[in-house]
Amino acid sequence: MADVLRKVPVREQDPKVRAANFEEVCLGYDEEEAREEATRCINCKNAKCIAGCPVSINIPAFIKETKEGNIEKAYQIISESSALPAVCGRVCPQESQCEGRCIRGIKGEPVSIGKLERFVADWAREHNIKPTPATEKNGHKVAVIGSGPAGLTCAGDLAKLGYDVTIFEALHKEGGVLVYGIPEFRLPKEKVVAAEVENVKSLGVKIETNVIIGKSVTIDELMQEEGFEAVFIGSGAGLPMFMGIPGEQANGVFSANEYLTRNNLMKAFRSDYDTPIAMGKKVAVVGGGNVAMDAARTALRLGAEVHIIYRRSEAELPARVEEVHHAKEEGVIFDLLSNPVEILTDDKDWVTGIRCIRMELGEPDASGRRRPVEVPGSEFEIEVDTVIMSLGTSPNPLISSTTIGLDINRRKCIIADEEYGQTSKEGVFAGGDAVTGAATVILAMGAGKAGAKGIHKFLSEKYKRG
Amino acid sequence: MYKILKAEQLAANIYLMDVEAPRVAKHCLPGQFVIVKMDEVGERIPLTICDYDSEKGSVTIVFQPIGASTTKMKDLKAGDYFEDFVGPLGRPSEFTEMDIEELKKKHIVFVAGGVGTAPVYPQLKWLHERGITADAIVGAKTKDLIILEDKLKEVSNLYLTTDDGSYIRKGMGTDVLRDLVEKEGKHYDVCVAIGPMIMMKFVCLLTKELNIPTIVSMNPIMVDGTGMCGACRLLVDGEVKFACVDGPEFDGHKVDFDLAMKRQQMYKSDEGRALLKEQEGDTHHGGCGLCGGDK
Repeated sequence: MADVLRKVPVREQDPKVRAANFEEVCLGYDEEEAREEATRCINCKNAKCIAGCPVSINIPAFIKETKEGNIEKAYQIISESSALPAVCGRVCPQESQCEGRCIRGIKGEPVSIGKLERFVADWAREHNIKPTPATEKNGHKVAVIGSGPAGLTCAGDLAKLGYDVTIFEALHKEGGVLVYGIPEFRLPKEKVVAAEVENVKSLGVKIETNVIIGKSVTIDELMQEEGFEAVFIGSGAGLPMFMGIPGEQANGVFSANEYLTRNNLMKAFRSDYDTPIAMGKKVAVVGGGNVAMDAARTALRLGAEVHIIYRRSEAELPARVEEVHHAKEEGVIFDLLSNPVEILTDDKDWVTGIRCIRMELGEPDASGRRRPVEVPGSEFEIEVDTVIMSLGTSPNPLISSTTIGLDINRRKCIIADEEYGQTSKEGVFAGGDAVTGAATVILAMGAGKAGAKGIHKFLSEKYKRG
Repeated sequence: MYKILKAEQLAANIYLMDVEAPRVAKHCLPGQFVIVKMDEVGERIPLTICDYDSEKGSVTIVFQPIGASTTKMKDLKAGDYFEDFVGPLGRPSEFTEMDIEELKKKHIVFVAGGVGTAPVYPQLKWLHERGITADAIVGAKTKDLIILEDKLKEVSNLYLTTDDGSYIRKGMGTDVLRDLVEKEGKHYDVCVAIGPMIMMKFVCLLTKELNIPTIVSMNPIMVDGTGMCGACRLLVDGEVKFACVDGPEFDGHKVDFDLAMKRQQMYKSDEGRALLKEQEGDTHHGGCGLCGGDK
């Protein structure tokens, strides 16, 4: 019998082995382990985990079915709320959401909700179980911009309500950040992402790739000429930020977006693909978020010695604890309390090193975190040939600048209300990183659900009025 | 899938294709570009738009095989398909937004070099259709590398020159521009230069001297073409700009060409490839197709 205070451990690839491959790190539970872990759930009447989930999955109910071995039933319960359970079970920050609220967590470890969700979703895929499509179509056309987590969720929810939904994707592959951003070893592209995209399509959703809204066609044209009655914008936050330090234009300096896109979307790590990548022998990744960990662990797998350079201390690293832990196990070196001041180059403008300054933590700032302050005279250099800037992203102005009447705020984020995703333009809804700035997959999914709710309300009222 | 309607070889190493892409064709304006991806394993290649027909829903591209993907692309025939074709990308040329009566008063000269001749054609055509016939100076290394001569003659006052003197006259485009201004007393309000970066740099040095405002079209390394990856960043007037969303056209007198050329070498030039190979040894599988790293 399991120790009720501890999670059933999950199997992982050995760090030494996985540091040299792109296979998935976490191997997940098998049915026996999942059913055992499920017995740890005490099925609270007032389940706090549901409130902690941005898409409100009925967690105790799906765990109960899992415990009893009714995995298909468990999957149907999850897919009532989530279009991407195999994705969420892998990349959601469960520790601060569902698992963060779990009663078990007060005395011991919370129930491993994320790994259970992953098990159920993977089981359903392996057994070819699909979500249930709408029985009746209502004939109303809705356009969704972006096939990332916000767009897929919104489209899935609307299709279940009977809408005729088309997703427009700017890149050549469906999935948005799930395919270009998150690496294979954390989120397998074919096995997991493509399969969940297929599930959304099985609900009747159409996806048109290679369409850049604002360039290939505008929102106004979609509504006036192509018959779409409402639009959801889930275009994400794709513009990379740079530091503005000397040497940043040198050869060998990448944004994390470029580095990850070349690898994840373009498969530059495989020799049978045409896209090149400068791999580097010694790589510095600047930043401490999940994206920085992804870039660092990718560079490591391409054979480099990798340094993470972050200006605060370990306690303030914005990345998930599990990601930091995995990165360390694999051999990523953390240079904390350090901030780059210059990128050094040779006479051909190739990177030769990075000059940093030591930092110490001062008083808390507006974010509540202690503010990093430079230690005068503490500059030091690290010899590197590649620098990856992972400082965050901001929304792309392509859509807002080509859509009349769509208001944005100072940070170029689209202004939309939280409950329904309503923007300043009638019939146009928005959510995810395009509204909030860079956040997580599950928050984007929550916003996609809100948008679907908003669009359904808007169109229902419109047709009631006649 | 995007059907190739026509495929022809224009010169020794320059190819033209008409591709069926109705959404792109409908929204194209001079100055913009597309990204094509041949098949699943292909690279995303930013390419010049040479012409477009919104009725037929077709877009004409012109390219020069350089890397692995473009080398395979040249073998495609009419009836074949591109897996991906996206656009139009980038901002249209500034003049497309200007008042036509104002524009008619301007004396415009285009200077094009090599494959850069292709994107100049839709600009000249657009102007010609609105009653403005600009001067166009087209330079090529040698006679065999001149493209689109007849089409350009229909829409511009064409001045051709070859580096080796094998056709019309001997010399660079910059020599022709200097002669037109200094010997023939021509006055230009604006110059548009499109071609290899080194050529655009030299045109800009000359037009600065001649005091002609100059627009250039930048073609740095690019991945997504929507502003996401930041690979195409340039320094313009000391500020970081992304060629894909802020450009591709910029004030040529403000572009840091030396930096742009160094960045372009990263994957493209022999020097860059050699450097990559040297830095990465056997781990470099490149994709440039020429360095032997694939072997």
